[in-house]
Amino acid sequence: MTTVERAGTASAAVGTPVLEVHDLSVSFTTEGGTVSAVDRVSLDLASGEIVGMVGESGCGKSVTAMSIAGLLPDSARVSGSVRLEGTELVGARESVLRRVRGKEIAYIFQEPMTSLNPVLTVGRQIGEVLQVHERMSKRAARARAVELLSLVGIPSAGKRVDNYPHQLSGGMRQRVMIAMAVACGPKVLVADEPTTALDVTVQAGILQVLRDLRDRLGTTILIITHDLGVIADIADRVVVMYAGRVVERAPVTDLFAHPYHRYTAGLLAASPTPGKHAGTERLQEIPGLVPVLSTQPDACTFADRCPAADEQCLDSAPALQLVRTGSAVPVTGHLAACWHPCPSPRTQPQETTA
Amino acid sequence: MTVLTVPMAEAGPAGTSRRTRVLRRLRRNPLAVVSFVVLALAAVVALLSPWIAPHEVQQTDFAHTFSPPGTPGHLLGTDDLGRDVLSRIMLGARASLQVALLAVATSLIIGVPLGLAAGYFRAWDAVISRFTDLLLAFPFLIMAVGLAAIRGASLTNAAVAIGIAQIPGVIRVVRSDTLRLKSLDFVAAAVVDGASDPWVLARHILPNATSVILVQATVAIPTAILAEAVLSFLGLGIQPPSPSLGTMLATAQQFAARAPWAAVLPGVVIMGLALAFNVFGDALRDALDPKGDR
Amino acid sequence: MTPQPNALELEDLVMHFGPVRAVDGVSLTIPKGRVTALVGESGSGKSTVGRCVVRLEKPTAGVVRIAGIDVTQLTRRQLRRHRSDVSIVFQDPAGSLDPRMLVGEIVAEPLRLSGKRITRRDREARVAEELGRVGLRAEVARRYPHELSGGQRQRVSIARALISEPKLLIADEPTSALDVSVQASVLNLLADLQRDIGFACLFITHDLSAVEYLADDIAVMYLGQLVEKGPRERVFTRPAHPYTQALLAAAPVADPVRQRQRQPVLLGDDLPSALDPPSGCRFRTRCPLAFDRCATEVPAQVEFAGGMAACHLVQPDGTRPDVRAADPSEVLS
Repeated sequence: MTTVERAGTASAAVGTPVLEVHDLSVSFTTEGGTVSAVDRVSLDLASGEIVGMVGESGCGKSVTAMSIAGLLPDSARVSGSVRLEGTELVGARESVLRRVRGKEIAYIFQEPMTSLNPVLTVGRQIGEVLQVHERMSKRAARARAVELLSLVGIPSAGKRVDNYPHQLSGGMRQRVMIAMAVACGPKVLVADEPTTALDVTVQAGILQVLRDLRDRLGTTILIITHDLGVIADIADRVVVMYAGRVVERAPVTDLFAHPYHRYTAGLLAASPTPGKHAGTERLQEIPGLVPVLSTQPDACTFADRCPAADEQCLDSAPALQLVRTGSAVPVTGHLAACWHPCPSPRTQPQETTA
Repeated sequence: MTVLTVPMAEAGPAGTSRRTRVLRRLRRNPLAVVSFVVLALAAVVALLSPWIAPHEVQQTDFAHTFSPPGTPGHLLGTDDLGRDVLSRIMLGARASLQVALLAVATSLIIGVPLGLAAGYFRAWDAVISRFTDLLLAFPFLIMAVGLAAIRGASLTNAAVAIGIAQIPGVIRVVRSDTLRLKSLDFVAAAVVDGASDPWVLARHILPNATSVILVQATVAIPTAILAEAVLSFLGLGIQPPSPSLGTMLATAQQFAARAPWAAVLPGVVIMGLALAFNVFGDALRDALDPKGDR
Repeated sequence: MTPQPNALELEDLVMHFGPVRAVDGVSLTIPKGRVTALVGESGSGKSTVGRCVVRLEKPTAGVVRIAGIDVTQLTRRQLRRHRSDVSIVFQDPAGSLDPRMLVGEIVAEPLRLSGKRITRRDREARVAEELGRVGLRAEVARRYPHELSGGQRQRVSIARALISEPKLLIADEPTSALDVSVQASVLNLLADLQRDIGFACLFITHDLSAVEYLADDIAVMYLGQLVEKGPRERVFTRPAHPYTQALLAAAPVADPVRQRQRQPVLLGDDLPSALDPPSGCRFRTRCPLAFDRCATEVPAQVEFAGGMAACHLVQPDGTRPDVRAADPSEVLS
């Protein structure tokens, strides 16, 4: 095992919760009024797990990720709890956050070009992170940087360490970002749409890097994306978000095999997959638009776009809970916030009650 | 569905045009409102000054020279010739604004088309940019002196000199916005549909460039006001005995110890006008910024 | 009966921006009323091809023929007569509509540019009709673009593109900037309209799965050149060129069981540049199957029963390589 791998191995045993988010709510005051971006979101990340957070634009996934990493602007009002191995991060002192950010929680952005400093070599940038957080000497930092670059799969790392960002392709730059992010062996890596700006042939490589990090360093990863294919490829568990709320949470195979929430089902049906739509079959559409809410009502916010909505859906917000359908045993860990979840194909086709 | 009627950030009746949005944002900004009120008052006073000024500006009164402010009949006192300072300030402000507006109008009339052409046509860009460099290299004061020498010093000539000096600024701003707009897809769509260059410039580029032009003008006016003051101070602009804030400053120099109000007050007015325009210009720029909504 | 001219014919289209060889010899034919998807990743030159077809760029060399008429070297004035034959829909809903114009004015602009005399009342009627066809209510004509969602703005772009009844529609990544559920509705709309009206379409995209639904034929580009062409069914089920195979393999499938069983094809991130493309086959620096001939000899465009592929390993009888046969770890060293 290289120095990097040894240093980065997670201290917690696989399976213990590393990050616990409980009832997190975030709202912003803008010119047009208050905007409620995240509403009582709860999720746990277990050590060594890859959790995928999926939703379309405006669902609050990026805001949730940024509030976990402590990157929200001052105009944001945050309530609830985010605990990293017991340390509370919401409302914590700046000194605590500064220690945590970069060392315990790392964040990867979507656009590698704008996240890297164009006037410094990539070796310098990775080295700086190590010098600040790990107090390494310049020479040791450079050696570690080369190790990190080959860890993320950059060929000829010894030469590449002296390249500037503009000399590298988009995929390589994202690998450099990942190397910087894991330089100090963080427990949690938050990857916000890491492959969205990249070509699809490059995307596979980046996802492989993330998988390797989890396998070799035990890093827990929260990956945010709108692409269900990415989720299918890499996630162990999935959290589906809509208009600021978690609407479904499940292990990945269960989610795709039988989604319970109508939005999840709609999203799956709308995603083009090779081989699925040959001929004259239409792609499934979800009519309507994602709402921008100033306050979160006590109702299901998907109701006006849902084929199965009724009075109950407008009267009260469904809680995120285990789905009981008929006489079947509910799947462990598969929760949905829906009064009329899609009937499970395993049970008799009857009216499901919450 | 009443529970789901949500206030979207920009919900408005059909056709909430940009102008409505911009005005709404200005109304909400206290600095914008205050500076606008100041400017509006100044404009009204300046416009009506020939009729509302308490005294004749040329009327001397040797019995009451150097009267301090508060003297009955002379709110702001009198100068060395007994002329009412308030009246002279009012008409001086009027002259300043006249010059400033004339100057900025000149710079826009010449600068905007040149800026559009430079941004839109590569071939013209080379020529126009060199022309702009030439203008920038030419010292403004030398030009004003030259004009004064050739055509005599006057309000109009001062305005022309200032206007010419401001042309490069206008060209630069309009050219850069034209370059940005030219690359947007809606311009390409018009070209694909057969739009000629004049069509594109008139219907797509110019309407979208009005924000930068407006901001440029609002910020150029205080510069022009100050420039006029300098020119008049040096004797190259408005000639005495016509009242001008600059000439008032110049003449008041000599007796500054004896009647400070005659020097300070015109200076305060110059600064106040310039400040109000600058503040309003900043607020306008913020209000016009499309990203400001979210 | 004289045969209908093809909607689009490209012969050896070349577009160089100074030293950058963005498009280097692309030949393509789209018969009347058919949809061809032009697929490629960043740097492939696919958008440049689209821009050359609508003469937003004047091609460096080659021939562009729209509905039988050679438009390559026409002047702007001569082009004006043929402008209504082709329309374009762009990718970015934010930048493709003039923010200062009402939606109705935007959709009507092609009518006003056509030079034909149309009364205001007729224009407004046509606009309302076109808006209805793309699924928007007539009163949307009185709104400004910023009041509409991304999907609605794309529909406006489509309405504007179709109002002049073009024979050929260029769709340059029309759904790439939209959310998944909105993409579905816009793709459905395009498919319906194409079926009803019968215009030909060059659908430019990087997303293969989006076009399986729409396209009749597929053309794959890499670094300025066409590497494969063929009918949709064949290209999806039996891709010939290693790059096409890699593209199809790389697009993740929204099914975790299937996706994780698939063998990955990792190409390596070192993308060559159009300033100095690799000698011989441009794909060889990332191809798992490259051998010595690939560096010295530019692969010929091999025609076979299912179309065309530019690869030394493809034979006229249809024999093709399998990119998965190579050891993936070799590529990255």
